[in-house]
Amino acid sequence: MAIDKLTAEKINVFYDQAHVIKDVSMSIEANTVTAFIGPSGCGKSTFLRCINRMNDYIDGFRKTGTFLIDGNDIYSKKVNVEALRKDVGMVFQKPNPFPKSIYENVIYGLRIQGINKKSILDETVERSLRQAAIWNEVKDDLNKSALSLSGGQQQRVCIARTLAVEPSIVLMDEPASALDPISTAKIEELIHELKSQYTIIIVTHNMQQAGRVSDKVAFFYIGELIEYSATKELFINPKEELTQNYITGRFG
Amino acid sequence: MRSKEKIIEGILLLSAAVSILTTIGILWVLVSESSVFFLKVPIKEFLFDKQWTPLFADKHFGIMPLVAGTMLTSFIAIAVALPIGLTIAVYLNEYAPKGFRKFIKPILEVLAAIPTVVYGYFALMVITPFLQQLFPQMAGFNALSPGIVMGIMIIPMISSLSEDALYAVPTSLREASYGIGATRFQTSFKVLIPAASSGIIVSVILAISRAVGETMIVAIAAGQQPRLTLNPFVPVETITTYIVQVSLGDVVQGSLEYQTIFAAGIALFLMTFVLNNISFYVKKKFQEKYE
Repeated sequence: MAIDKLTAEKINVFYDQAHVIKDVSMSIEANTVTAFIGPSGCGKSTFLRCINRMNDYIDGFRKTGTFLIDGNDIYSKKVNVEALRKDVGMVFQKPNPFPKSIYENVIYGLRIQGINKKSILDETVERSLRQAAIWNEVKDDLNKSALSLSGGQQQRVCIARTLAVEPSIVLMDEPASALDPISTAKIEELIHELKSQYTIIIVTHNMQQAGRVSDKVAFFYIGELIEYSATKELFINPKEELTQNYITGRFG
Repeated sequence: MRSKEKIIEGILLLSAAVSILTTIGILWVLVSESSVFFLKVPIKEFLFDKQWTPLFADKHFGIMPLVAGTMLTSFIAIAVALPIGLTIAVYLNEYAPKGFRKFIKPILEVLAAIPTVVYGYFALMVITPFLQQLFPQMAGFNALSPGIVMGIMIIPMISSLSEDALYAVPTSLREASYGIGATRFQTSFKVLIPAASSGIIVSVILAISRAVGETMIVAIAAGQQPRLTLNPFVPVETITTYIVQVSLGDVVQGSLEYQTIFAAGIALFLMTFVLNNISFYVKKKFQEKYE
């Protein structure tokens, strides 16, 4: 029996009056890939962004229920939000490298922790870029601006930047939706490889992608978690009619 | 119908022409009057002589003391306004609650609406006596006090334009920084300010240009002694103060003394013209860098 890395208990989220997440409970095991699917506005991204508290700054955001990571309540007053976000990394929908060199992008997370020792930084850059499967493409141009890279390369640099601070969970919010098929394939391959070291949660609109990369799939619909089960089971033999309709493309 | 369109078009063109023609007119006056001046005084003397005494018996026409006075007061103003203005911009943009921001921004801009003559007397009657207690060697007229007050006056210029620049930094960069565990302070200083640097530089250049051209505050509180110095405690004279001094005095129109104000004017015009062009260039060059 695998250990639960993340447990959500009866989560409700409101933006002012809007009730966007309704009573969602789920557990996610360590070193698995979980895909969140569902039509736009179903709350899957909101739910994802609760896990590293990225919604904290949004006006009118309110949440009830408990998120536990390794058994600790991440919304407890004692929690250091910065430390939480270091442990729960995030890759965004649109590649968002800083207007700095590739090297400085990757080590940004270390710099803000006050780590400036060159040997550590060099090591981290190579390790992270290798993990993000982009080392061979950029190793000679580390001082070039990250903005000069293609979209797919930028996204892998962003993944490297996330991995550089050694998180235990990596959240990915439609990481390949802005990329071409070849870059998408590379990112998917990467997700497979990263699974051994990280717990990955990915939001995607792409059914095939969810099928290819994930171990389990959670289907959200208008703020509710409709179905959550092993990927094969959910796609081949969905229990709910809504799920069936969504994955066969009857709405979306 | 067509003729009506033509008339409207003509009126619009005319209004646009007024501002352009005014600029050309001012330039024409400056150039023609100062060219008479430069026929009598070699440009070399104007640029390199270290004294400016056109109203004395022993006449010297070196613009350097006036330029030094102008730069000294402007530098002090920026040294005050940049750190404070930028801090305010960062605070309003990243820290302040939205409601507070809406409330405080117009109040800040009131600073720019205070008549400069009020600022001038504030410098002379309040700031100078206060500073004299800290620095007993300071003269009643000096560069420091009006410099500080000019700085206060241009704070809203820097804070407002810098805040706009910070606000325009894409949310995705902010999220990237927060998402990896950066604090608001780190996000502001390591990501937002560098990303907004072009807008911030433009705000500073415009503020410098405003300080260089500022007249009333320095005329009241800085003194009227052209002096080639970087000492902020002694009286200095800026280009603008000199022009006021001569315009108000009983200098004969058409005399060499009278023409000095056009020579000083063209020097001032060139300074602000160059600054405005630098800011235009910076804005254009770096505008779309982060899109």
